Amino acid sequence: MAIVPNPHKTTGLLGWIDDRFPLTKLWKDHLTEYYAPKNFNFWYYFGSLALLVLVNQLLTGIFLTMHYKPDAAQAWDSVEYIMRDVPWGNIIRYLHSTGASAFFIVVYLHMYRGLMYGSYRKPRELIWLFGMLIFFVLMAEAFCGYVLPWGQMSYWGAQVIISLFGAIPKVGPDLVVWIQGDYIPSDATLNRLFSFHVIMLPFVLVGLVVAHLIALHEVGSNNPDGVEIKKHKDPVTHIPLDGIGFHPYYTVKDLVGVGVFLIIFLGIVFFAPDGGGYFLEKPNFQPANPLVTPPHITPAWYFGTFYAILRAIPNKLLGVIAMFSSVIVLFLVPWLDRSKVRSIRYKGPISKIALALFTVAFAMLCYLGMQPPSPLYTLLSRIGTFIYFAFFLLMPFYSAIDKTKPEPERVTG
Amino acid sequence: MSKVGVDAGRRRFLTLTTVAVGGAGVVGAAIPFLASLSPSERAKALGAPITVDISKVEPGQRLVVAWRGKPVWIIRRTPDMLASLPKVDAALRDPNSDEAQQPAYAKNEARAIKPEWSVMVGSCTHLGCSPTFRPDHPAPDVDANWQGGFYCPCHGSKFDLAGRVYQGVPAPLNLVVPPYRFVNDTTITIGEDQGAA
Repeated sequence: MAIVPNPHKTTGLLGWIDDRFPLTKLWKDHLTEYYAPKNFNFWYYFGSLALLVLVNQLLTGIFLTMHYKPDAAQAWDSVEYIMRDVPWGNIIRYLHSTGASAFFIVVYLHMYRGLMYGSYRKPRELIWLFGMLIFFVLMAEAFCGYVLPWGQMSYWGAQVIISLFGAIPKVGPDLVVWIQGDYIPSDATLNRLFSFHVIMLPFVLVGLVVAHLIALHEVGSNNPDGVEIKKHKDPVTHIPLDGIGFHPYYTVKDLVGVGVFLIIFLGIVFFAPDGGGYFLEKPNFQPANPLVTPPHITPAWYFGTFYAILRAIPNKLLGVIAMFSSVIVLFLVPWLDRSKVRSIRYKGPISKIALALFTVAFAMLCYLGMQPPSPLYTLLSRIGTFIYFAFFLLMPFYSAIDKTKPEPERVTG
Repeated sequence: MSKVGVDAGRRRFLTLTTVAVGGAGVVGAAIPFLASLSPSERAKALGAPITVDISKVEPGQRLVVAWRGKPVWIIRRTPDMLASLPKVDAALRDPNSDEAQQPAYAKNEARAIKPEWSVMVGSCTHLGCSPTFRPDHPAPDVDANWQGGFYCPCHGSKFDLAGRVYQGVPAPLNLVVPPYRFVNDTTITIGEDQGAA
C-alpha cells in the first residue's frame, strides 16, 4: 500500500507539515485515536511510570556525566565531588540512584501485570519479547551503573558478575580477561562499563522501548479480562465499543499515577536516599579496595532473586546456567501458557495457586539473595529455586488441564 | 520499474557476490573493535614479580600483598594449624591437590615449599571474592567441624588452612598457589618459580 501524505487533510501550517511529515497521523494513531480498553485498573499505571523513570534516568544521567570522571583513580572522588560541591549535585545523584531502584520496582510490577492478565498471549508475543529484552538491557545498564562510583560494592560486584563468564568451559577465563580488558577489574574495566552505561545501552534501551510501543499499538492493549475489544466494533465508526481514546482518557488517568508516584519517589529521594541500605548499600560508601572483600557482599536488591538462584546451586557452572536460565525462561512464557483464557480472572485454581506460589518464591528469593549465606537460607533458596522453575516448566501441563471459567463477551467493570 | 529484460540469474549472482564481499568486509572491520577490548600492552607489562620481607610475620598471622592486582596471602602457620590439615581431608573435594592449582613443588599436604609458610592467591575460585581469614575454631557459624581456614562471604565457599576447598560449596577448585621462591629465610619472591634465576 502506498503511503498517502496527509491522510487527515489538514490545512495551514499544520497542513504544510503533514504534507511532509506524518505529525497529525502519529498524534492520532498513537494518542487520540489509539483505542485502549476502558477497564484498565491500578496495574496499568506501571507502563507509563516506566517511561517516566526512563526519562528521569536519561535527564539526571546527562547531568551527572558532566561532573563524573570515568577513571579508577578519580571516579570515587568525582562522585563525592558531585555529592558535596556541585550545587544540587546530591539531589541529581539521588534522583538517578533512587531512579534505578524505582525503575525495577515499576518494571517488576509491569511484568507481573502481564503475567496475571496473560498480556503475552497471541498476538502479543512480540510485545512481551521486546519487553523482556528491555528488562535484560536494564539489568546490564543497572550493573554497569553500579560499578561507576568505584566503591567497595562496585568493585566486588564487578568482580563477581564478570567472573560469571569464567564458568564457561574452555574459553571462560580468557573471556573474562577480554571483558575486563585486564587481569582484574581495573581502570580499563571501569572505562568500558562507563561507555556501555552512557552510550551503547541507553541507545539500545530507547530503541527497544520504541519497538515495544510500536508492537503494542499495532495489536492494541490487553486488559484485566483478557478479552479482545476489537471483536465488538461500532458498525459505523469501526471503533471498538469498549475502547476509549488513550488521550485524553488515559493520559489524564496516568497523570494521577504520576502524581502519587512522585510523592513516594521524591519522599525517598529527599528523606531516605539510600533506601535503608537497599538502594545504596553501605559498603559502597567506601572506596574500592582490590585486596579486601567486604564481609557482607550482596547485589542490589533488584538482582536478589537471580543471585539467590546462583547461590542455591553448589556447582559453579550449573549455578551460572541456572541463573541465566531463570531470566531466559521468562522469554518463553507466551509459548508455555496453554490455557484457553488469558486472564487470571478466568483461570482455574491450579493456575491461581501456581501464580501465588511463584509470587512468594520470587519475593523470598529476592530477600535471601540479600542475606549472608547460611545452611537454612541455602535450603530455602533451593526450595524457592525449585518453585521458580516449576512455575514455568510445568505451565504447559497445568495451564492446559486446569478448569477455566467462561470469558465474558465484553469487558466487565 | 519494469521487469522486462531483467536477467534473474545475473541479478542473483550480483546480489550473492555483493553480500559475500560485504560480509567479509564486516568481519574484517570488526577485528579492530573486538581486539581493542583485550588487555593493553601497559596492562600486560604490569605482571612483574614482587619481593616481600616476611621477617615480621608472627606465627598464626597473615600478610596480604598485591601481585598483579590480586591479593596474595602469606600465612605463617603454627604447628597447631598444620596439625589440623589432615583432620578435614574427608570433607574436601581435592585433598591431595590433584588439580593443577599449584606449582609441582607445592603439591603436598601443606601446599607449600616450607609447611610453615603458605603463599596463596586470595581469590575465591568461584567468582573471585577474597575469602575471609577464619583461623578461629570451633566456629559453628561456618562449619560444624571447623578447624580454621577461609570462608568466602560472597557465596559461602569454605577452604582449609592450606586453601583446599570443602565439598558442597560453589567453589570448584582449591585456591591458587602462585609461583614463588625463597630468596633467603626472611624474603620471598612471588611470581618466580623456585630454581629460576
